[in-house]
Amino acid sequence: MSEGAAHAQPKYWTIWAYLLVLTVVELGVAFLPWTKEVQLLVLVGLAIWKALLVALYFMHLKFEGNRMRIFAIAPLPLTVIIIVAVLTEYVW
Amino acid sequence: MAHPALMQPPARREVGADVYSEKLGMWVFLGSEVMFFTALIGSYIILRFGSPEQWAAPGQMLNIPLTAVNTFLLICSSVTMVKAFAAIQDGDQRLLKLYLLATVAIGAAFVGVQAYEYTHLVHEGFLPSGYRPGSALAERAAEGLLPVSVGVYGSSFYTMTGFHGFHVSVGVICMSFVTWKAYRGAYTKEDHRGVEVVGLYWHFVDLVWIILFTIVYLV
Repeated sequence: MSEGAAHAQPKYWTIWAYLLVLTVVELGVAFLPWTKEVQLLVLVGLAIWKALLVALYFMHLKFEGNRMRIFAIAPLPLTVIIIVAVLTEYVW
Repeated sequence: MAHPALMQPPARREVGADVYSEKLGMWVFLGSEVMFFTALIGSYIILRFGSPEQWAAPGQMLNIPLTAVNTFLLICSSVTMVKAFAAIQDGDQRLLKLYLLATVAIGAAFVGVQAYEYTHLVHEGFLPSGYRPGSALAERAAEGLLPVSVGVYGSSFYTMTGFHGFHVSVGVICMSFVTWKAYRGAYTKEDHRGVEVVGLYWHFVDLVWIILFTIVYLV
């Protein structure tokens, strides 16, 4: 009983295929002879891309109302603050 | 007895976030879960940057191909879960049960593979406290092929993957309950809240694994 706006069902198998392809790309990138910093940035970027696909399509955030979306992403600013704060200890 | 003033609504009745209570409750819970895993990941970053010499290179100690298979399993279980939800949205009871059963089976397989991974690592000598004295990994470390000490690495690895595995296990139990209810005809095209709510939890667990797989195994 979804209470978000009515919408056509997303192409779930297409999202699944994207997730698998991105996972294969991750595995490839992990073993490329790149510098650690570039590898880290690319791998984290790919992980965030995959996580967004899951949240937007499988958890249907893309189709929820604005209130629900704001509610769902409310904890994320604190996540960013914590991660940036601990990184500043070592990176900058 | 409550004070009469407290019994009066402060304003006219409103619909809140436009979602039913169970779904709102699940999102509140997932918000707390975001905080929980953020704390774990924050601690991991501090420990890893603070003791980089304790971390083995990707694939040196952990079995990446095996974990990649597990990642594949969890992604598959997410799609079967969302297909179960889509099925009951269409009122298709047969597909609902089929996809829920598949989700339970694949989720259980994930836990099984993780149990195998842990068993193998412990057998090789990789414990949460570091190397087991006299083990194969301890000997390789003595030869200079692995980090000298991996106590921080071990405790971080087992804590993060262990808590995630616990979440998957809880998900499998909840999903089994929902599947049992589905077989009893509890869900309809008009009301299938249980399927959506447990699905949200399941996708969140998948999402967390996507992040953990990258930072624990690949980086």
